[in-house]
Amino acid sequence: MTAPATSSRRLRFERLPLRRIILISLSIAIVYGVVAGSAATLRMGTFTAADWRSLVINGIARGSVYALIAIGYTLVYGILFMINFAHGEVFMSGAYTAFFVAVAFGRSGYLNAHPLVSIGAILIVSMVTSTLVAVILERVAYRPLRGAPRLVPLITAIGASFFLQYTFRGLYGAQARAYPTINVLQGTWTIFGVEILRTQVIVVVAAILLWIALFTFVAKTRTGRSMRAVGEDREIAALMGINVDRTIVATFAIGGALAGAAGILYVFLFNQVIFTMGFFPGIKAFTAAVLGGIGSVTGAAMGGLLLGVLEAVGPNLFLTGVGVPSPNQLQPVVAFGILVLVLIFLPGGFLGAPEEKRA
Amino acid sequence: MTEQQAPILDLASVSAAYGPVRALEEVSLEVRTGEIVCLLGSNAAGKSTTLRTILGMTRAHAGEIVFDGERIERLSTQEIVSRGLTMVPENRRLFGKMTVRENLAIGANLRKDKAAIQADVDRVFGLFPRLKERISQKAGTLSGGEQQMLAIGRALTASPKVLLMDEPSMGLAPILVEQVFDTIKEINAQGVTILLVEQNAHVALSIADRGYVLQTGRIVLADTAKALLEHPNLSDAYLGELE
Ligand SMILES: Nc1ncnc2c1ncn2[C@@H]1O[C@H](COP(=O)(O)OP(=O)(O)OP(=O)(O)O)[C@@H](O)[C@H]1O
Ligand SMILES: [Mg+2]
Repeated sequence: MTAPATSSRRLRFERLPLRRIILISLSIAIVYGVVAGSAATLRMGTFTAADWRSLVINGIARGSVYALIAIGYTLVYGILFMINFAHGEVFMSGAYTAFFVAVAFGRSGYLNAHPLVSIGAILIVSMVTSTLVAVILERVAYRPLRGAPRLVPLITAIGASFFLQYTFRGLYGAQARAYPTINVLQGTWTIFGVEILRTQVIVVVAAILLWIALFTFVAKTRTGRSMRAVGEDREIAALMGINVDRTIVATFAIGGALAGAAGILYVFLFNQVIFTMGFFPGIKAFTAAVLGGIGSVTGAAMGGLLLGVLEAVGPNLFLTGVGVPSPNQLQPVVAFGILVLVLIFLPGGFLGAPEEKRA
Repeated sequence: MTEQQAPILDLASVSAAYGPVRALEEVSLEVRTGEIVCLLGSNAAGKSTTLRTILGMTRAHAGEIVFDGERIERLSTQEIVSRGLTMVPENRRLFGKMTVRENLAIGANLRKDKAAIQADVDRVFGLFPRLKERISQKAGTLSGGEQQMLAIGRALTASPKVLLMDEPSMGLAPILVEQVFDTIKEINAQGVTILLVEQNAHVALSIADRGYVLQTGRIVLADTAKALLEHPNLSDAYLGELE
């Protein structure tokens, strides 16, 4: 039998002090670096309190977008125990497709004459496109591989991801395209005496509303209950008369719709689309999902916000003081540094232990 | 006599396998409306596989399964369940992260009539008052006995014509075992036909009408419960028990 052999080997490895020593030194080095860097930055006084505040708000806004994308990863993982690595492209597909609607509205002047209707239409086009892409992905790329070893759908996901990127590149070119300006979104609002960009307020509020809608859906509706049942025990879910395939499709569709909404919110913040735009937000949202404990909807939201804030504040706070010239360019380093650290120290995320894995 | 009427559940020469492992060889058995039929056998005899095959959770590669006048061996589990068959699975397999209320509600997943569902939930609470006290508790935190009650309750809210039960007394203290068998009798008296898999051969036969004995995937004995109880060496010859 192989099981006892493996576990005793693991035991021996765990008894080995070297691994602990490395981990402990690593965490001491990180904590020292962060504390020393932050202290130095604060002593220099380059940033005012208002600067920090706007960095945090910026972080919360982009973190809200990560959170919405992260829900798609977490829902699919919760039901299929698989990471849909093409989810970033699901997000891109919606925002990119809706771009053409926005341009058409912009040219005709309708966009700024009827901004609410236009934004509604753009949002719907993005959500519908992302939903369709997610559902087709499930049908074509993942369903035939259900029951295959875990690595296989992972490779397919990466393939699907490239397929979608290069489809958009082939159709619409490699250049970034600027979304038309929507006048009502420009400028700031003063909330509790703090001036905040309108886009940031809208993004955060929209994300919170969508998160509440999703949470209620999963907790209260029949489909939501079926999703939880299939995630816990697929065979018994079928015994309860649940249509497992349809439930899995619904899960992809919901994750897709949220990614489509996140695509438009992302565009509100960054104003452009490009065929690679799904890559970084996708991986960051995945990081957020892992950070919050993959499989957990609440964790995805928490992880997204935490990652957004760390990413916005972190480089300036930790690195300015130690003399790094333009720390904001190192945002991805912070994001992926966090991913690596979470995987090492808290593989189950900060909300709990790792989910019991079933194939 | 019931002998005349067609069985509600009828397996004819059903064979099934897990990859190269042959688990059932030409199993034939029948269950008539209103009966309690028990399926006995030692470990690995194929009892669970028989129930799983009836529900389409394991595929029969040969043979016919007829339920209520219709061939079901090619249907999906969902389709089979929708025709009025369900199971209390081996090891209970509740949705541990859901509450007692949700587990009961999910048993009625295919039903629409809210009043009738509520009546069945009330019937379950009549059988198991303990569950009513724990209605908002997560199923995973219930005691073993309570979990078994909930597993039975969840199957009953599906309002099945025929209920398959896979070792409902497993892991329970003797006093609870007795209670479970009383409950099975009561459920049967309320009009549910039962196919019962059990290790506790004598207790099971004492409430059953008829019984079958499986040995390495084949039916080796089939008789009335009374005859099986009087069988001289049922236990040591067929069930591998030391009683
Ligand atoms: N998923 C599976 N994969 C491979 N073989 C299996 C699987 N499930 C059951 N078997 C094999 O099929 C045979 C019958 O198993 P089954 O579970 O039906 O027995 P059982 O009579 O229910 O036994 P027990 O009393 O222990 O529950 C056994 O040899 C078992 O090892
Ligand atoms: Mg069994």
